[in-house]
Amino acid sequence: MKAASKIYTFLVFLFLYAPILVMILFSFNSSSSTSVFAGFSLDWYKALLEDEATLRSLYNTIILAVCSSVIATVLGTAAAVGIDKFKKGPVRAGVMATTNIPMTNPEIVTGISMMLLFVFVGRLLSKDAVLGFGTMLIAHVTFNLPYVILNVLPKLRQTDRNLSEAAQDLGCRPVMAFFKVVLPSIMPGIITGMIMAFTLSLDDFIISYFTSGPGFQTLPIAIFSMTKKRVKPDMYALSALIFVSILVLLILYNVAQSKSEEKTKKK
Amino acid sequence: MSNRSSLGSKLVASPYIVWSVLFIIAPLIFVVYYSFTDASGAFTFENITALSKYTPTFLRSIWFGIVATIICLIIAFPLAYIISQKTEKVQRTMVMLVMLPMWMSFLIRTYSWMALLQDTGIINNLLGKIGIDPIHMINTEGAVILGMVYNFLPYMIMPIYSVMAKLDYSMVEACQDLGGNRLTVVRRCIIPMSMPGIVSGITMVFVPSVSTFYISQKLGGGSFDLIGDVIERQFQQSYNYNLGAALSLVLMVLILISMAVMNRFTGDEEGVVI
Repeated sequence: MKAASKIYTFLVFLFLYAPILVMILFSFNSSSSTSVFAGFSLDWYKALLEDEATLRSLYNTIILAVCSSVIATVLGTAAAVGIDKFKKGPVRAGVMATTNIPMTNPEIVTGISMMLLFVFVGRLLSKDAVLGFGTMLIAHVTFNLPYVILNVLPKLRQTDRNLSEAAQDLGCRPVMAFFKVVLPSIMPGIITGMIMAFTLSLDDFIISYFTSGPGFQTLPIAIFSMTKKRVKPDMYALSALIFVSILVLLILYNVAQSKSEEKTKKK
Repeated sequence: MSNRSSLGSKLVASPYIVWSVLFIIAPLIFVVYYSFTDASGAFTFENITALSKYTPTFLRSIWFGIVATIICLIIAFPLAYIISQKTEKVQRTMVMLVMLPMWMSFLIRTYSWMALLQDTGIINNLLGKIGIDPIHMINTEGAVILGMVYNFLPYMIMPIYSVMAKLDYSMVEACQDLGGNRLTVVRRCIIPMSMPGIVSGITMVFVPSVSTFYISQKLGGGSFDLIGDVIERQFQQSYNYNLGAALSLVLMVLILISMAVMNRFTGDEEGVVI
């Protein structure tokens, strides 16, 4: 059984990582083919450094993902705390139904519905180019919010309400009881929600595709216009670099976390 | 708790409620508005009646979505369980490994699958080396479904895992003590307790699968037009916003119906958690 579960885990991860390994391998290809490996070279990494448009869109993507996931986490956690206090009834049901819309709704519908809104408002203000960073930020926060809320709400439900009351009986104000008792116990949900929001925003193409303007291009949109013809391997090089840097960050984070755990155990 | 503090904590939800009215509800009203008007803004049913010729496309999208979701569930459930049984440190690493691929553009990962699946691609090259004839994989239904499973699998693993990690294992032990064998424990105990995760996993995989438009173009070679492809063309090529809005409206309603059907089978999510 142990061996079976190891093999199973290995196979699933192989499936998840196969295209990424291919991408990394071919970023070192000396020809521009993406299926035949001709020899090792760093040409595509050099080409990347000179590709200003691509680097610019990478920068835009990160800015957008950070801004939208932070806003969504704050707004969403507050919302979850409020919703948790709502009594079962039409108001709660209505809010939850609305929250579910961006999740149950296909991204393409969310994208075009927001595009229609922005274009309509743009016409009212008689502005030609409404689509840009602002509209993309609104769109990303909107589709991130439900992921935060739906990750925090179950944790709030699992939290023992008596604990918060006990803290108040011991002299905590409600706000303090929230930060001392409730917040730590829902933290895993908040973090999962925020990581999800950040990744979704980073990787989002569909909603961005409909709400972006020519002035603000993110990486997925740049890649999309490229895959219509042929992807230059310098995009592979960039993806490989992103992959490696995230991997390093995660390893560092994990090491730091387990070290701090050891310290608290010693105490 | 006093009424005042309870009211205060309800109020923290108000910024979100305003936001959701402006950017969730209002845009949907515009979809309905565009669906029932023509380019000049006059009321019409033309967009709705024009939809009948897209029925096969709708049916294909739904079928592909269902198959992809079932495959994801079958792959994800055991993995989520395996992860939840590890020590906390290993769990953290494995969760990160599940999330890591999502940090890379799904466009480029899908494009990378093209290189793997092509007739003269990497998989066929490898098969050739061990003496197996090349298999035609790209531009098939299977390739499109593979693309969906690949891209959306983490969305199935994550919610199931986060519920399993919080499971009360004294319940599982109680089930074993009462004489349940391995299968009974999974069926009567672990699956029901992980239901909230399974439900949100299904939602998070089915919806993007049904409405995708990129995967089908790249891995299906244009021969398996999905509903997302048709909608995308209305907005980015033929600029027929009204027909596009009508198609989206129907897609949305179809998904709402299938979600409602699914919730019937799995029970009210809020009830299950407690």
